[in-house]
Amino acid sequence: MQTLFDALSLGSLYALGALGIALIFGVMRLVNFAHGDVISFSVFALLWPSTDAVALVFAGDLPWFLLIPFVLLMGAGLSVLCELIIFRRFRGANPATMMIASFALGFVIRYFLLMLFSSRPKSISLLPALSQPVEILGARIPLLQVITIVATIAILFALTAFLKRTRFGLEMRAAAENFTMARMLGVRANRVIMGAFALSGALAAAIGLILASQTGTADIQMGGAVMLMAFIATVIGGLGSLPGAVLAGFLLGAASVVMQTLLPIDARPFRDAFVYGAVILVLIFRPQGLIAAPGTKERV
Amino acid sequence: MSLLALSNITIRYGRLTAVRNVAFNLIEGEILFITGPNGAGKSSLLRAIAGVTPPSSGRIDFGGQDITGRTPEDIARMGVSMVPEGREVFGSLTIQENLMVGTGMHAREGNWRSRAAAELEAVYETFPILKERRHSQAGLLSGGQQQMLVIGRALMTNPRLIAIDEPSLGLAPNITDQVYERLIALRRHRALTLLIVEQSSTRAQMVGGRMILMRGGEVLLDGDARAMGQSEAMQAAYFGYGDH
Repeated sequence: MQTLFDALSLGSLYALGALGIALIFGVMRLVNFAHGDVISFSVFALLWPSTDAVALVFAGDLPWFLLIPFVLLMGAGLSVLCELIIFRRFRGANPATMMIASFALGFVIRYFLLMLFSSRPKSISLLPALSQPVEILGARIPLLQVITIVATIAILFALTAFLKRTRFGLEMRAAAENFTMARMLGVRANRVIMGAFALSGALAAAIGLILASQTGTADIQMGGAVMLMAFIATVIGGLGSLPGAVLAGFLLGAASVVMQTLLPIDARPFRDAFVYGAVILVLIFRPQGLIAAPGTKERV
Repeated sequence: MSLLALSNITIRYGRLTAVRNVAFNLIEGEILFITGPNGAGKSSLLRAIAGVTPPSSGRIDFGGQDITGRTPEDIARMGVSMVPEGREVFGSLTIQENLMVGTGMHAREGNWRSRAAAELEAVYETFPILKERRHSQAGLLSGGQQQMLVIGRALMTNPRLIAIDEPSLGLAPNITDQVYERLIALRRHRALTLLIVEQSSTRAQMVGGRMILMRGGEVLLDGDARAMGQSEAMQAAYFGYGDH
């Protein structure tokens, strides 16, 4: 039981991260390596700049119904800003160029945080009520894990409804499949791309919020590890495919947790090597990903 | 009055000149075929009108406004609807979703939802097969059905001009006949202006209307399609004899 919840909650993080990457890849063929740093940024947005070990809380003490929208807005805001200032100038550039630009942007954000907060991880207690355990079918599960899983499922449903039922969602799906054609039908390129960045940034912020509450620390590296796994999930899922990204995110989470419990003790430190090995196997047999994305055509 | 006016349009890709100094006017309600052999610059011209690849020099006016260098979405919103070569349906979207993508541009106007619904019914009436399969994925349609879908999709934006690139490409002749039949009927029902690119001129001569013959990026002939018939200049354009 505990293992199942561990797997699901870790998978949730990877799935949310993978979605954020897949959304942007879908509309502009950009693999956004700055995504992980948006995660860190949205957590640090709760703090005053300082280099002390204990965080000087700025907005972190807000009640949850203000705290959550605040963090989501921070993530979305930074993400949209990145698009306006940086990525807009690379529109139509070679994907490799865009990818390197996103790497550079990630470093800029990270070192900006480093400058303000130093590299020392800070302890921060967000929503402390959530670390209490609850009993489910005889297992004691931290409430936060339950909330993480429920919230992720809610986000997935909301996102699906948004994409399927709203006009803007329809425009986004059309643009993800064939951007030029969508524009020739009057779909505004800038609005769709900005929408994708805002959604992706809000997803990153949600990850940041969960991570910070889970670990009780704010660390400028915190986004990096999730980002790497999330990126791998988008690739396994089929780059640009949203259901694929979610599926692969959960699979990766499950694989990590299962290997953690099943591998012999001596092999556990090398868990990630086994996970990556499994990733390679999947890609050998399905190089297009588990669910191939529509519109894999080159855009004009 | 002239709905679309091209003056001195030149399109270059790097060092290659695809279209050289092309000029023509299109009157509202007119049907114009642009024909010519492969590489004549027909598709480049359409892409320039749609704003996808702006011309290197020259000027394009639509409805009395300069649209040179405007974005594809702006041009579409002014009433130019493109049906590009290869059809380009959104394969993962359903047929109905494909049709609805272009209605968003009218979302600022009050009753757009009811107008879009009415428009949808009208398209379904013209192409009943689309209604029958409206919830299946567009990628699963046959070539002829996809061609009907993209024409329907273009109509849904309520355009003043529809520009179609090679509607007969990859279709069996009887399916092409059907597609043209619908196009001509549609043009009669609404005050539509049609700009159709075809490689062969036979279709233009069957349908009638005006025809521009291009070759090597230049306009060779411009006149009545039927009158042009099998003129010597036409033979020359396709088969390349004469003093080129």
